[in-house]
Order: sequence, then C-alpha cells, then structure tokens
Amino acid sequence: MYKYDQYDQAMVDARVEEFRDQARRRLEGKLTEDQFKPLRLMNGLYLQLHAYMLRVAIPYGTLDSRQMHALADIADKYDRGYGHFTTRQNIQYNWIRLEDAADILADLAKVEMHAIQTSGNCIRNISSDHFAGAAADEVVDPRPYAELLRQWSSFHPEFSYLPRKFKIAVIASEKDRAAMRLHDIGINIVKNDAGELGAAFYVGGGMGRTPMIAPCINPFVPLDQLVTYCEACLRVYNRYGRRDNKYKARIKILVHELGAEEYTRQVEEEFAHLLEQGVEPPHDELMRIIRMFEAPNTDQTAPNDIDRSDPDFALWVDRNTVAHKASGYVSAVISLKPVGGIPGDATAKQMHLMADLAKEYSFDELRVMHTQNIVLPHVRKADLHALWTALDEAGLGSPNLDTVEDIIACPGLDYCSLANARSIPIAQRISERFAETGKTGTLGELKLKISGCINACGHHHAGHIGILGVDRKGVENYQLLLGGSEAEDVSLAKITGPGFDENGIVNAVETVTTVYERERQDGERFVDTYRRIGMNPFKEALYG
Amino acid sequence: MRLLTGNDLKTGAVTWWTGKDWSIHIEEAVDVSGNEDEIARREEAARRVNVPYAVDAEMHDGSPRPSHIKERVRALGPTVRPDLTLKPADPEIGNWVI
Repeated sequence: MYKYDQYDQAMVDARVEEFRDQARRRLEGKLTEDQFKPLRLMNGLYLQLHAYMLRVAIPYGTLDSRQMHALADIADKYDRGYGHFTTRQNIQYNWIRLEDAADILADLAKVEMHAIQTSGNCIRNISSDHFAGAAADEVVDPRPYAELLRQWSSFHPEFSYLPRKFKIAVIASEKDRAAMRLHDIGINIVKNDAGELGAAFYVGGGMGRTPMIAPCINPFVPLDQLVTYCEACLRVYNRYGRRDNKYKARIKILVHELGAEEYTRQVEEEFAHLLEQGVEPPHDELMRIIRMFEAPNTDQTAPNDIDRSDPDFALWVDRNTVAHKASGYVSAVISLKPVGGIPGDATAKQMHLMADLAKEYSFDELRVMHTQNIVLPHVRKADLHALWTALDEAGLGSPNLDTVEDIIACPGLDYCSLANARSIPIAQRISERFAETGKTGTLGELKLKISGCINACGHHHAGHIGILGVDRKGVENYQLLLGGSEAEDVSLAKITGPGFDENGIVNAVETVTTVYERERQDGERFVDTYRRIGMNPFKEALYG
Repeated sequence: MRLLTGNDLKTGAVTWWTGKDWSIHIEEAVDVSGNEDEIARREEAARRVNVPYAVDAEMHDGSPRPSHIKERVRALGPTVRPDLTLKPADPEIGNWVI
C-alpha cells in the first residue's frame, strides 16, 4: 500500500488547519454560506437532507486495518454509529456536525486519509479494480498508476476549476470490474505483442442524465507518458468544455459534440506539445510508488483444498470468493447486502470486525468495491471457514455476490437532497422478494442497480436491470430499464415503458426475471437473454 | 400554508420556524405566508438558521404536514432507519411520510 511521505502528510495537515479556520469563521459569522459552501465542498462536506454529510476519499478503494478502524471510530464518535460505502469506492457519513468537521479531518489525517476533492468541479478520487494486485487475470497491478494520477491530480492548479467534475478509473485486465468505460477517462493498462505495457485511453464516458460509453481514443500510450496524456485530455476539455450549462458540461458532451476523431486530434496535438514541456513525473517517483505495492508474501505451499462439508459455507465460497493469482489463495467478498438491509451500510462494529479480519487473514488489506461491498483481497483458502464463521456471526456472511440480491442503490430520497425518489426501500423489498421465492441462486449473475434521480449514482443505466426513481407530481415513480452492463461487455440499459409505483416496480422486476427463466438458453445470463430476444417479450409480460 | 425551514448552522439539523425560534419538531412550525422572506433574511443574518426557505404544507391531524415527500422525509428522518427518526417509537410514522 502507498504510504504518505513528508510532503503528502504536510499537505493534508495544512489543509485540515486551513479548513478549521474556515469553519471557525463560518460559525462566527465572518463567512456567509455562499462564501463558505465552495470551501466546505472542497473538503467533502455537503449539506444533505438531514444534516451535513462528509464524503471521505478512499483512493482506488484500498484501505488497511488501521484506516478501517479509524473510519469506524469516526462513525462512533462523530456520527450515528455507521457509514455508507459508495459507488465510487468512498465512504459517507450522514450526520456530521459542522463544529466537528475539522476534528474529523484531523483524525483522518492521522491515518493518511482525507476528504479533499470528493466534491467540486475537480478530478475526483481515482477508482480502480477492487481485485487489483490479487486478480489472476491482470497484466499488472493498476494501483501504482492510479496513485501516480492521484498525486498528479491532487491540488493541480490547472484542473481545480474544471467545467464539471471529472472521474478517472484505472484497470489492468480484460475483465472490467470498475465500470471503466463509464468514466470521464477510463484507462486500461494492456500488454502489446512485444510484451510492453501501455495504457488504452477511453475518454468521454459517463452516466447521469446523458449516459455515454467512452470511445477508445488511443489504444496504447506508453506508461512513461501516462500523466502527460492525461494532462492533454484534461487540457482540451478544460479549454473547450462548456461552462454555460452544467447539464452539458461533462467531457462526454464535448467528445460527443466534437466527435471522437476531432477530440482525439486535438488531444494528440496537445500531447505533442506537452511532451516538449516535460510534465511527466520522474521515473524514479513511479518506481518509488510501485515498490509500495509489492505483492504480499504469500505462502507458496498454501493448500488449495477446501472442506465443503458445511453447505452454507460451500455456497458462500462458490458465490463470494474469486480466483487469486497465488495458488492456495482467493479474494473474499464481504457482502454489505443482507436480505432486507441497506446496500453499502456498515456499522462501526462491523467495520472494526472487517479491519480485524483483514489484519488476521488478508495481509492487513481491504478494498471497497464500487458495488458497495468490501473485499479481503488475499485470503488463504485454508482460512476461509474461520473467516466466514466470523463474518456470518456479524451479519456479514450473505452469499450473494453478483446475484439479484447484490443490489447497488444510491442513498436516494432517504438521505440525498438531489433525489426524487427513495432507492433503498426498493432494494430492500426486491432482495426480500427474491430471498422469499428462493430464486436468487437459479437466476445466476443478475446485476440490479437503482438510482433515486437522473444523476445515476446508483448506476441504473448500467444494470442488467436498472431502476430509476422519478418524481411524478409529488409521488415516487420508478422506471424500469433492461440490458445495461458496466463490465467489458458494456452497454446502456433501455427503458421498458411507463413507470411503476413502489409495489409495482418490485412485481415488475419479478416479472422480467420470469421471462428470462422461460426464454434462457444454456449458460445465458439475464443480460445475454435480453440481448438475444430483445425488449419485446419483456414489454409484453410487463404491459400486456 | 407555508412553513419556513432550514438547517441549524452548527449541527446541520433540520429546523422549522415556530414564530419565536427554531425547532427540530415540525409540529411546532407555524404558517409564515407572506412573511417568509423577511423572517428568513433576519434569522439567517443572526446565524440562527442556515439556508432557510419556505415550503408548502397542509394541516394533517392537527399538525402541519409538508406537501412534498422530500420535505416530509426531511422533517422525520430516513424512512429506512426508523430508529434514527424523530419518532422512533411510533410504528405508524412511515405513513405520515408516504
């Protein structure tokens, strides 16, 4: 894991004290809310539906146990005993007091964390593959490159006031576990025929009110030009991105309106110019970072056998563990989606437990998934039963990764001031419905994603089944979408037709799964069947 | 009727204008029709409230109830965490919101 050096720590500590002074002046009336709002947002402090909300950055979703314990302590000391893990691998606290905010940031700084650039029109937290460094299929650990970009983008003076927020994802495998092509810049580190590593750049993706899949603008940028190429992409956007209309200000609109070819031409022109300027960080700095992400010292004699005599344990192993690059190890997914629970929420006690288990079983590492679960990336197969037993006793042993119960849901109208409808109760009722009917297992991989408004924090466009909550004359209404994917088979879901009320949407989801069960062929997932047979059979079942 | 609402500056808690002061309990809110701008300006200047604004409401069982669901959720708390609402012991309170 990356460890702060003296410069990182000094920057974060200075920012805490700067914010402490800003908050003090606001409380004393020396700053108006209009003056203070952009300052607090630069430090991740929103004013939400019930209170201030603090969004804490978890760079590329990687944590150690000390940091997870600190997050739990903050939940207990300053909030109401829980936190919410988000679809951008961050954590949010919903009940923060302004007078405590600087102390919280100080507590975070002690464990090399902060809330900088978790809001505002800047480059946000860099996200990555939650199995990075462990995945059997990656060509390299993408996190050092994400870290390099994090350092480059932190406080970057040219990119602190972009036309709109900017999100970057970095992966290094053919399987896309980070919704890479639905980011402003998606970077896939690849290996060419000569065995050299380079970065494929996908620019102009995103969800929100105008969902777009990022086109590839350069299939192979040498890794020693990674930052320079990013800078060229950002510079063209910063220069020509629209600032007159926030709904047309994201880079996806610029790339779409210019056309990918013309945008690429401008980026390449800028790139050629920047290469002469020498903006790329020194190679030694990259190597310094890479050394901090050395693979864990796994036991090469670790056994591969797993005692599957306990059927509940065997089911959890089948559903919630993923192949690791080291023999005798897996990555284990801790589901934050108990049936009827709130997706992504974890109590302080659960966070402490996950931290302890990471320390004991996973080389002191945890990852936050954009699907709002937690990963212990490096677990010996021989330790899985003990791990599962501890998780299950704490309500963290749900065997439902990538099933219809593993629902992404934004906070929705229960917490978010932008939302039009509640998301969480819909997720709760759907997971309860499928748990009752016992169909969760037979439906296989089925990614269901719910957003409470068009901003799409719940990634509804990318769900095999997506749900979008809307406000219809003051009443919650839910649109159903089918056929999306945020993985390597990326696609955008389409709306089935008229929306449903709260009861109706739960029934509608069950109806479309019934069509799938009737129509599927061997080995087909829900989304495969949808792509083969199209929308009509589903519409007929829904609307007659 | 119109209610004036905002957030407490220090805590961020949702508050409602009672005619004399601010309360977290919407039952104590009063109609401010016609006076909302003046009260909001005065109270915000005195830092007794943050970002105040007026919302439409109706009387419901003797108490004001905001017309829009968003304000009802604000007034009560998250419907998915009844233990964190202002009325954790009332099993029927969700009906007031929805």
